[in-house]
Amino acid sequence: MSAARDELRVEVWRGTDSGAFQAFGVPRRLNQTVLDVVTEIQRDQDPTLSYRFACRVGMCGSCAMVVNGRPRWTCRTRVSEAAGPDGALRLEPLRNFTVVKDLAVEMTRFFDKWEEAHGYFEPDARAGQDFAVVPPATPERRAADAAIECIGCGICYSACDVVAWDKDYLGPAALNRAWTLVNDVRDAGHDARLAAVSGDSGCQACHTHMSCTSFCPKAIAPTYSIAGLKRAMLGHALKRSRI
Amino acid sequence: MVPLLFLAQRLSAAVLALAVTVHLATILYAVRGGLTAGEILGRTHGNRAFFAFYALFVAAVAVHAPIGLRNVVREWTPWRGPALDVALAVFALSLLVLGLRAVFAVYAA
Amino acid sequence: MMRASHTQPGFLAALLHRLSGVALAIFLPLHFLALATALDGAAAFDSFLTATNTPFVKLTEGALVAALATHMSLGLRLLAIEFLNIRERTVAVLSGCAATVFAVALAFLLNAG
Repeated sequence: MSAARDELRVEVWRGTDSGAFQAFGVPRRLNQTVLDVVTEIQRDQDPTLSYRFACRVGMCGSCAMVVNGRPRWTCRTRVSEAAGPDGALRLEPLRNFTVVKDLAVEMTRFFDKWEEAHGYFEPDARAGQDFAVVPPATPERRAADAAIECIGCGICYSACDVVAWDKDYLGPAALNRAWTLVNDVRDAGHDARLAAVSGDSGCQACHTHMSCTSFCPKAIAPTYSIAGLKRAMLGHALKRSRI
Repeated sequence: MVPLLFLAQRLSAAVLALAVTVHLATILYAVRGGLTAGEILGRTHGNRAFFAFYALFVAAVAVHAPIGLRNVVREWTPWRGPALDVALAVFALSLLVLGLRAVFAVYAA
Repeated sequence: MMRASHTQPGFLAALLHRLSGVALAIFLPLHFLALATALDGAAAFDSFLTATNTPFVKLTEGALVAALATHMSLGLRLLAIEFLNIRERTVAVLSGCAATVFAVALAFLLNAG
């Protein structure tokens, strides 16, 4: 009927884990992204609004937040796609993280879980002696490459229901990273890594809801990485108990 | 322990996939035109293959269901820890006992 | 506003799988107890079957058959993803599961006397 409203009605979360939504009116502009909207609010209307961004071009993942219920990068989210003709936007901090202030969340636990999942490379005795030869077309390297582009933005973790249900669940990003290292033929930490992801809050807790895979902006599929971890975990457990 | 629980649940799932298919097919076939005790018992009485099949079915269920419930309880309620594991082991045992009793009942009736 | 993860087809599948599993876990002990009435002889078993031959019970049985078919088809989907390393088109697979469940439940209700 009428053209899209010229002013966006933006509800922004203010406060910490407790707080309230505050409404702002922001002019609708051509090719506007949600990051543009947040920035305009903070610069022109309320300098006390806290939010994160860095590259603003879809490379760093810092601007991740929940836009109209969905976790996404605000720099890569067009208002025209997200807000719709009624011009309503609701901005919240990522779920499953403690809120520091407004739209900025505490990421420490998220990265701690990477460590708990043994999501770091362990060199062996050969390291430094010569270049490691890893042909890119091998199944292991293909599997690692399919999952390696994670930049730790936290969207998968925010979307994951099991993280919401079990505070100790390692989460899709940490497990996905562990999978890339399971497939890294240079790595020496395989036993410790598989032990790390084999607990109650490890890979077996994934119930294949696939929200992580749906929302990952890098088109990584943590669900399938975690499925691979389940197979690796079983292989490891069977070998250890010599069944 | 957790990986072995996971393995047991997935293995029992595979067994149940076959058993349930047979069971469903049998039900759909047998239930036509109503079902009487005589019809059921006529098939099951003294039937060793039946007994073996359903005993295996019961064993697989007694493994599969409690482990599945464990995840549900741990994720949807505050209950976790050794007390829960003990309760579920008791449930597993009950399923085994009640199930084998039922199989025997229709085998020996 | 419903969180986006709850609008995903994979979440619906997991929820149905879980709820059908819980329903079956509750039903099974009752099923075992019912069958064990045969321990008191065929007549006792028969009277139990006659007593429970009501439309309400038939409907409940239909629901349980549907729960069983639901739990199994969604479980097979999980086994395929986890062990056969299958990447699925989720909506297509779930539609297939739903169709199977519907067919099985219908076959039961139409046949059940």
